[in-house]
Amino acid sequence: MSKDAILGAIRRGLKRGPLPADQRAMIDGRLASHPRHLIPARSRLPRPEQVALFVANVGKEFGTVARVADADAVPTAIAAYLAQQNLAPRFVLAPHPDLAALPWASAPMLEFEARRAQPDDLVAVQHGYAAIAETGTLMLPSGPERPTTLNILAETEIVVLRASRIVGAYEEAWDLLRDGRTGGFMPRNVMLVTGPSRSADIEQTLELGAHGPRRLHVILIDDDPAALPAP
Amino acid sequence: MKVRRCRGAGFALHWGPAFRLGVAALVQITSPAFKQNAARALADAGLQKALGKAKGAFLQRRAEAVARLPEFEALRDIGRDIKNHTLANLDAYLETYAANVERAGGTVHWCSTAEEARAAVLGICQRAGARTVTKGKSMISEEIAVNDHLEAHGITPVETDLGEYIIQLRREHPSHIIAPAFHLNREDWEADFRRMHTDLDPNRVFAERRDILTEARTKLRERFLAADVGITGANFLIAETGSSVIVTNEGNGDLTQTLPRVHIALASIEKVVPTLEDATSLLRLLARSATGQDFSVYTTFSTGARRPADLDGPEEYHVVLIDNGRSNMIGSEFQDMLRCIRCAACMNHCPVYGATGGHAYGWVYPGPMGSVLTPSLVGVDKAAHLPNASTFCGKCESVCPVKIPLPKLMRHWREREFERHLTPSAVRSNLALWAWFAKRPGMYRAATRAAVGALRLIARGRGALRSLPLAGGWTEGRDLPVPEGGTFMSRYAKQQRGR
Ligand code: SF4
Repeated sequence: MSKDAILGAIRRGLKRGPLPADQRAMIDGRLASHPRHLIPARSRLPRPEQVALFVANVGKEFGTVARVADADAVPTAIAAYLAQQNLAPRFVLAPHPDLAALPWASAPMLEFEARRAQPDDLVAVQHGYAAIAETGTLMLPSGPERPTTLNILAETEIVVLRASRIVGAYEEAWDLLRDGRTGGFMPRNVMLVTGPSRSADIEQTLELGAHGPRRLHVILIDDDPAALPAP
Repeated sequence: MKVRRCRGAGFALHWGPAFRLGVAALVQITSPAFKQNAARALADAGLQKALGKAKGAFLQRRAEAVARLPEFEALRDIGRDIKNHTLANLDAYLETYAANVERAGGTVHWCSTAEEARAAVLGICQRAGARTVTKGKSMISEEIAVNDHLEAHGITPVETDLGEYIIQLRREHPSHIIAPAFHLNREDWEADFRRMHTDLDPNRVFAERRDILTEARTKLRERFLAADVGITGANFLIAETGSSVIVTNEGNGDLTQTLPRVHIALASIEKVVPTLEDATSLLRLLARSATGQDFSVYTTFSTGARRPADLDGPEEYHVVLIDNGRSNMIGSEFQDMLRCIRCAACMNHCPVYGATGGHAYGWVYPGPMGSVLTPSLVGVDKAAHLPNASTFCGKCESVCPVKIPLPKLMRHWREREFERHLTPSAVRSNLALWAWFAKRPGMYRAATRAAVGALRLIARGRGALRSLPLAGGWTEGRDLPVPEGGTFMSRYAKQQRGR
């Protein structure tokens, strides 16, 4: 069998047989403890600056951010953004309980369905699981409440994110996902999204809106008193 | 210059037993003709225009990204160490990785050769009843020439990375590992789109690059929705979780692996790393080294098939895990090459690549990394010119994010080439002559003294010679500076006496 042939050839190259038990235990220990390496200092900041770094980095990557004081302000913020972009007030919504609980009646012009995205959806409103200040990156793990198609099919993607879910480095976001669970904790799909889709394949010149969204807009709920900008 | 595909499996036969790995039986290797390829590339005005435009942008963006991250140098050491640790325990990590893929409901297909990998992919597609297959960008897919194999069996593969898409329309191969259409100008795109998208208005105007992009987006959307199977590569495999990772800016890889009923990830064995933390450290290096971004737009971790309550995602998830000669590199002087994360920094900074482009290298992997990897995978007898296609300036090693000593590895190949009598006879006899003198210092000094004298005599006071008898080939492209004084030894002796 090819599996044995490949493993055998590797072991011949390494001039040994299968790893002896003690060395195998060391490998398993490293996998279980998954030690962190050097984490760049850029995201080791007090909370307000960390959130500000996230906002600045989303902007640097051609995304936009609107900060709102609480979750109740989200529907009107969505309506305002769509109007400003000259887009129809219609979208597919992630079937996430937090989003279902928003006061949609405050923006009665909005029409939406909570489901996976379809190819003719022009706008998607996704639930942000967490975000990484280091590079302005959103973490979007798949699940029934956060379908992957909402991340990629529509031309305009809006992500609703709580400031309390912004961390400094990727490693901290992995730990949120692990959250005490070991092995088998990974959702089917975890997307780290940094800005709208783009391509530089034509003469190495950047153009936004390749196959994925052309616009990425984050509605940031300031639910973390410690992370508010200094008055 | 085009690298053509040769159809028909019989083609591989006359390569004989030296072609030990059965690599890429369908991709014609033109590496033995590097010199001719390079000469043609240098004379190709369109190519030179494209190379000139592209190169500066890559260098500048990388330099800026590196300058923004003070820890970059320290991360290079970490990247090297993570990869070295993994390679030293590769068997163990591969076993753990495969077990975790299966635990998450995926299937791993272990393939020793390109042929086995092609058969595995075809088998999955046929069982899925596939008619069309969308593809994300993958160099291993080029290496195993899976597109031709699918086509030969009535399945249509559609490349969806914008650069790969036009390359497929032109029936060419990528000329760069992250920018496949590196060699094309905007006019080429417009002409090819008009030629191939015949259902659209022939008089449409491409006023901006964006119009080209929009047309490709529309055309490929239809393909994404119709595909039965999606094939991607993998930048990393993670043992801890059984995940495959892809990195793209366009989002085509995500559409490819999310929409069809079946997802196949193609990956070579050295892509595995132990944990998410290890992958994260390498990801901090990858985008900065490749495109000069701090992070790519989409970095996606796929683990198994659609879960019971999920509303989307593929029902089947397969990993085709490919060796194709890599296990032979373990324990050899070329093991370091397996650290490569395919960022392309080495070719972006290479003066030879910058002059000839990627196609001259004659196989899948160009530039310095190709000059080391190609002989390892297809045999030094087919690729002996490549390790010589270097000025040994060392720039590639100095930018490589995992610190692969590329010049040293090229030198190893030169030694092997010499040992195996693959070096041209004129070079061999000249080297033998030089060695004879070098072993006899008295004679060597006399000979160099005579040579210096002769050169000064021919130069008659000029500082450089525009041509030299018996070395016309060498002086055709450059002048030979004339030695200014005596030999090194005579000057050294004089200086010592003066003390
Ligand atoms: S050899 Fe180094 S620089 Fe070249 S592609 Fe591989 S990782 Fe990048």
